[in-house]
Amino acid sequence: MRLEILQTGPLALIEDLGRPGWSHLGVTRSGAADRRSHTLANRLVANPSDRATVEVTLGGFTALVRGGGKDGVAIAVTGADTDPAVEGVPFGTNSIHHVRDGEVISLGAPRSGLRSYLAVRGGVDVAPVLGSRSYDVLSAIGPPPLKRGDVLPIGLHTDDFPVLDQAPVAAITDDVLELRVVPGPRDDWFVDPDVLVRTNWQVTNRSDRVGVRLTGMPLTYRRPERQLPSEGATRGAIQVPPNGFPVVLGPDHPVTGGYPVIGVLVDDDTDTVAQARPGQTVRLHWSRPRKPFRGVGS
Amino acid sequence: MTEAMHKGGVDRVLDYGDRALLLEFHSTAEVLAWTDALRAAGLSGVVDIVAAARTILVKLAGSRYQAPTRQRLSQVGPSKDAGDESVGQADIVIDVTYDGADLQEVARLTGLTRKEVVAAHTARPWRVGFIGFAPGFAYLVGGDERLAVPRRSEPRTTVPVGSVGLAGEFSGIYPRESPGGWQLIGRTAAVLWDLDRDDPALLTPGTWVQFRANNEVPP
Repeated sequence: MRLEILQTGPLALIEDLGRPGWSHLGVTRSGAADRRSHTLANRLVANPSDRATVEVTLGGFTALVRGGGKDGVAIAVTGADTDPAVEGVPFGTNSIHHVRDGEVISLGAPRSGLRSYLAVRGGVDVAPVLGSRSYDVLSAIGPPPLKRGDVLPIGLHTDDFPVLDQAPVAAITDDVLELRVVPGPRDDWFVDPDVLVRTNWQVTNRSDRVGVRLTGMPLTYRRPERQLPSEGATRGAIQVPPNGFPVVLGPDHPVTGGYPVIGVLVDDDTDTVAQARPGQTVRLHWSRPRKPFRGVGS
Repeated sequence: MTEAMHKGGVDRVLDYGDRALLLEFHSTAEVLAWTDALRAAGLSGVVDIVAAARTILVKLAGSRYQAPTRQRLSQVGPSKDAGDESVGQADIVIDVTYDGADLQEVARLTGLTRKEVVAAHTARPWRVGFIGFAPGFAYLVGGDERLAVPRRSEPRTTVPVGSVGLAGEFSGIYPRESPGGWQLIGRTAAVLWDLDRDDPALLTPGTWVQFRANNEVPP
């Protein structure tokens, strides 16, 4: 079976859980921005967790099913609710549906949230690069962004059968996002690091898979002239450049960064922030008390 | 802090979120030695080891590994002779045309002539400390201390592929065209990054690199 892309919307990428373990070559992990939704989509269609899905940003995606046999093939769409439909008939986000040769799958524009994941039973089976089918927007590694006319091969499915018709998932809303932050490692570089948890931050439109940029009351370095030697980074790390506005690193962040990291999102919450839209309000909370002084040693 | 850590030189171990630990060191040479030791130790739950200028970030498969890994670090450390900063044999020679846009500026900043800058850059091998910034971008350490220059105050929006630059204690080569703030002293035809090769990166941590001038540089 294959999927022929008719419309991509603003951005449609093939993603899996990324390529860990290549940082010694300067290659970041990448992978689905909202791993939770990606993983759920795979689970609904009984795919092993390593299969690739299509990450659709802000909807507007349509694709034509080719082949798939008499019984059709299972698909599921998760993440931001795009009123997914087959031949114009909605089948619901977070539920499984069977599609047949010649049918058109369509994802509308989500009212809230940013990214939706289309899983097909068998997984999108393009050639992996460095062991992953994820596209890294910063380094341009992996299967390139989808465009109209692309034909995606779908892999062979396993013997596992879908067991869920529908998964109960909390809706992705445009409410204030409350995110937990582990303090440090460079919170002591700031005059008042607690500004981070006292301000309502707004997501700016200069946000992408590399980082979510926030605006609000800027943080201030204690010693502005001091430069941090580059150090390793993870998704969820909150870097603060000299302008004082935090950047929450996303899946395609550079392997190392030269700005102090005031705190790091609790890993689970990096999936939540991947659904934050420009203009949405974010509130940050320390996940544990911040140590006023950190002694030498550990 | 344990005895092993004292010997090996970990300065501090900091929590980095709930799935990583950040190890601090005093030099890139210590980072190199510890990176090797950590890779060799094969600690369970470690998914990636990110070496940088003064730190190693140990990424973990889940938060349950954070405390045990912190404990196991006390049993890990480089062997005595690791981290030796003496100059090694060059593993690779890179031919450079020294005509970079900032060569004159580097001469001014260092108080050397252009010819002396090139002589200093090619006098002895550099060593890859770590890779960062972009795939295949090697931070080379151990060069002539006189070549330490600040980054450009205004980064360039486009630096051509193969540009050889200086920044702080490091030298580096741009593996692809990209924005960048390093002071450019030359260019090379060497291919630093090619995904179609078995080893996409020409330079990997620990590699000794000898630069060689292939042009006559005016004083």
